[in-house]
Amino acid sequence: MSMTMSQKILAAHAKVDAVQPGQLVMADLDLVLGNDITAPVAIKEFAKFGTDQVFDKKKIALVPDHFTPNKDIKAAQQCKMMREFAHEKEIENYFEIGAMGIEHALLPEQGLVDAGDLIIGADSHTCTYGALGAFSTGVGSTDMAAAMATGKAWFKVPAALRFNLSGKLPAWVSGKDLILHIIGMIGVDGALYKSMEFTGEGVSSLTMDDRFTICNMAIEAGAKNGIFGVDEIALEYLAAHCARKPVIFSADEDAEYEKTYEIDLSTIRPTVSFPHLPDNTRTIDEVGEIRIDQVVIGSCTNGRISDLRVAAQILKGKKVDPRVRTIIFPATQNIYLQAMDEGLLKIFVQAGAVVSTPTCGPCLGGHMGILAEGERAVATTNRNFVGRMGHVGSEVYLASPAVAAASALTGYITNPETIKEN
Amino acid sequence: MDAKGKAFRYGNNVDTDVIIPARYLNTTDPKELASHCMEDIDANFVKQVKAGDIMVANHNFGCGSSREHAPLAIKAAGISCVIASSFARIFYRNSINIGLAILECEEAVQGIKAGDTVSVDFSSGTIKNESTGESWSAQPFPPFIQKMIKADGLINYLRKEARA
Repeated sequence: MSMTMSQKILAAHAKVDAVQPGQLVMADLDLVLGNDITAPVAIKEFAKFGTDQVFDKKKIALVPDHFTPNKDIKAAQQCKMMREFAHEKEIENYFEIGAMGIEHALLPEQGLVDAGDLIIGADSHTCTYGALGAFSTGVGSTDMAAAMATGKAWFKVPAALRFNLSGKLPAWVSGKDLILHIIGMIGVDGALYKSMEFTGEGVSSLTMDDRFTICNMAIEAGAKNGIFGVDEIALEYLAAHCARKPVIFSADEDAEYEKTYEIDLSTIRPTVSFPHLPDNTRTIDEVGEIRIDQVVIGSCTNGRISDLRVAAQILKGKKVDPRVRTIIFPATQNIYLQAMDEGLLKIFVQAGAVVSTPTCGPCLGGHMGILAEGERAVATTNRNFVGRMGHVGSEVYLASPAVAAASALTGYITNPETIKEN
Repeated sequence: MDAKGKAFRYGNNVDTDVIIPARYLNTTDPKELASHCMEDIDANFVKQVKAGDIMVANHNFGCGSSREHAPLAIKAAGISCVIASSFARIFYRNSINIGLAILECEEAVQGIKAGDTVSVDFSSGTIKNESTGESWSAQPFPPFIQKMIKADGLINYLRKEARA
């Protein structure tokens, strides 16, 4: 029977010839991820399992990225618990401060993700790795605990939606605008329990960073995973980062999709998600006059080098509006170094922005940029729920790095097309 | 009958950030988490909830983050069952894995108001609004999941399987 790309990866890891939507399978995992919020719960559950050993020391990644560098004593206790577990179980992929980056930017960069992999992570944005042709999905801490012990997880085989892309994104329009547009179109539960598979000739015009951003936000449409086929661009990235040989799966020509959406990339506009749901989107032409207090550029969604380059292109030689606190977070230490080498950090500081060490901090209202009552932020992050970045009466507007940087300059949500470059 | 209590009623897309705000995720203690459950959208929930009460919501309940702290907080607050038109998938999985009963039933959701007394029979999937007398049948769990719930969660289930 015909299968989608996601279904083929699940079938291969469940060691069966074929699977169909709705079928429950137990499958072997290539990587299990946890962070300083979810791993402590998993470690407690793991202790109940009655085993001393993890299933494979090489196939577990522990990343203290959420409330780090430790924001308070309780956070420090949680990180300590994870650090000691990593040491005791000899987990090879534990990333201490200094090596740590935001998990979903870090793991592909460190070569822990390969095409054809089956990956679970106790973090909802684990779906990011579909950009490299892996099946990866977010789970909770108990699933993580069981996976650390057994190397397996159960899956309900998802049906799929296809997004068939043609054309090319215009200037100042990025993968972020495309995924916000898609979420606005199908809704925050538009892909509930399903795969989002991105296909078509338009894919070849999307950079790896665009693809990471797009798959990262599949969860914001309720999806189980987002996935791209493996092409030259993905293979080039894998060759530069991953020592393993890619295993390439592709959808059958007659694979069944519940629905196919045809999207001409040249028609996508800079897009902003208004509070308090990611599907509450408007194009930049419809935003009106929205005064802002803070800009956050970074996160697992948009803290990669091309995101920083776009922000620098807009901020170069200019000053941010004095009423806008502009905080920029390179997602990993390597990205930080690269931004330093390319002179981007200097551009940011000279523009009046601050540059932070990698952390998830402000995205989830943890630390490093919390909003007060009535304040508004434009953020390149992924969620704008009630109270997400701080006070329950604050607001988050989700946008691309280009829109965020342009908005930092003017103090209002701003179309990057209107900014004259220096 | 396996659950009976007063209904707390919520709308569409109740996300895990309002179920348990991230600012409280520096602990894993279920009781402490429960003391902040729902506070950003319903400050009265924690004050009014009694052991056995039932949470009823519309579509996509539990969307957003994968934090297992969300079902843990609901369970530790005393909620015996969550009934929704649909659940976000990670929340659905997490609830089963930690032993929080959840049922999908659009008709029941439409027929239950805040404050109604609701009873649930898990073996048959019957949901009854004791205040109005109406009742509905929810889709029972597939056998695979039933086994997991019977074993009281994923960890116990896997331990049992390993011994078998």
